[in-house]
Amino acid sequence: MSCAANRQAVIVGIGATEFSKDSGRTEMRLACEATHAALQDAGMSGAEVDGMSSYSMDNNFEIEVHRQVGGKELRYFSRTEYGGGATVGPFHHAYGALASGQCETMVIYRAMNERSGLRFGGGQIMNMNPLNADMIHFSHYFPFGFMTPASWIAMAARRYMHEYGATSEDFGRIAVSMRDFASTNPAAFYYERPITLDEHQDSRMIADPLRLYDCCQESDGAVAFVLTTAERARDLDQDAVKISAVRQCALPSSRQVTPFYGDDIAGFPEFAAMSGDLYGSAGIAPDDIDVACLYDHFTPSILPQLEAFGFCPRGEAKDFVRDGHISRGGKIPVNTNGGQIGEAYIHGLNGVAEIVRQFRGTSVNQVADVDHALVTAGAGVPTGAAILSRLDA
Amino acid sequence: MGGKTIERIRPVENYDTRHYWQGLRDGKLLIQQCAACGVRRHPPQPMCEQCQSLDWTTIESALEGTIYSFTVIHYPEIPPFDYPNAVVLVDLDEDVRLAAQLTGSAPGDIAIGQRVRAKLVDVQDGLTLPIFVVAS
Repeated sequence: MSCAANRQAVIVGIGATEFSKDSGRTEMRLACEATHAALQDAGMSGAEVDGMSSYSMDNNFEIEVHRQVGGKELRYFSRTEYGGGATVGPFHHAYGALASGQCETMVIYRAMNERSGLRFGGGQIMNMNPLNADMIHFSHYFPFGFMTPASWIAMAARRYMHEYGATSEDFGRIAVSMRDFASTNPAAFYYERPITLDEHQDSRMIADPLRLYDCCQESDGAVAFVLTTAERARDLDQDAVKISAVRQCALPSSRQVTPFYGDDIAGFPEFAAMSGDLYGSAGIAPDDIDVACLYDHFTPSILPQLEAFGFCPRGEAKDFVRDGHISRGGKIPVNTNGGQIGEAYIHGLNGVAEIVRQFRGTSVNQVADVDHALVTAGAGVPTGAAILSRLDA
Repeated sequence: MGGKTIERIRPVENYDTRHYWQGLRDGKLLIQQCAACGVRRHPPQPMCEQCQSLDWTTIESALEGTIYSFTVIHYPEIPPFDYPNAVVLVDLDEDVRLAAQLTGSAPGDIAIGQRVRAKLVDVQDGLTLPIFVVAS
């Protein structure tokens, strides 16, 4: 994966609404607010935006958002499937579209009232149209009451416990770490509300082995990004963040949130399949990663990601977490905004925004000297991952 | 009868899957088998991913297998299900994996590796499902 240096995709703007349990306004308005904020952050006009990308389950047509933020003509628009697995997909599209000159400035956005509106965790997330491919797929699960993301991911978590000896307390340490980061982040739902491991262990069971505090929140809010070429970014005030490497991955064992049929359901094998390519493309090694945004719909999914991306050997992520390496001051701080466990669940994009702040030096939980960061999309779905870097790194 | 009874969500039955759901109504759990290369597969799909044949047949499962993984669902409580609701991934002896409910075990007694046996239960009008219990 490579492109001409002047066409290199860079992130130059981030914007977000507040994160809440009831935004009190439409998803369309949230999308417009976040996108407008991202353009202002970049110091760019909506008239420059000629590409738009979002992902499945966003209810806002890109043309509506584009028009309202001042767009004139769209030359490139795309959507990526598979829910949270699509967090990185739009950045993949942006990389290719910018490198090949198909557009000059792309907006990536995700806006949702996923708390005050339709909650994914409620077990009714799918369109009931019998011709819908999702309903054909979920027919093998919904009739058993096997209907929620927590219960589907619980299958992988239970298998991981069986194979590697991880415990609910190991999941709890991840929750404690994220809630610690959230506790010092004023934008986080759980600002000033850290938890102890005992509180995690006392939280009620949702889908065994997942307890309440193992689950991300359901949130209202929107996040948006502006990406352009390195050449255009030279004229902007913001420090640009480079997409050093990006790819998506689906395997024969991949399914829409129900990857139950492969030989390795504990490991989310898509991550290991991407890891070597990504480091190779970026020309770096796991040791070069300074901070990470790992998709945390549920805490157990962090463990196989740490292994797949080479931070520790297979089966040893629980020890890596226990030794504090993903926490404040650790070797590879993970989800320094508090993650989707602690800040908000905006289908992964709020974590990507935190990584941009880490490069700019504006995170409330700033890590020193960030040159490279890892970003992943959802676990248990066809997914993606990216390495972001300082433009001069 | 008072208000409308809440039913389980019905599966979509189409050209690719009708044999499976009809088989359950007829008292048989049918596993799809490629007519060309013999590889078995579940859930049903039109093309063999090993040899790309569109020709398939079925074999009848003996309804016995081993728990590969499981969850016990506590929340949210979605009608008409009873809670806690145990769901298992079972490696059937016919060499395919199947998701289904498990009844008759306390949540703490379920374990990966346990041998299980299914009954085909008419859960509501027109819907028959495999429901597992731990084999004694």
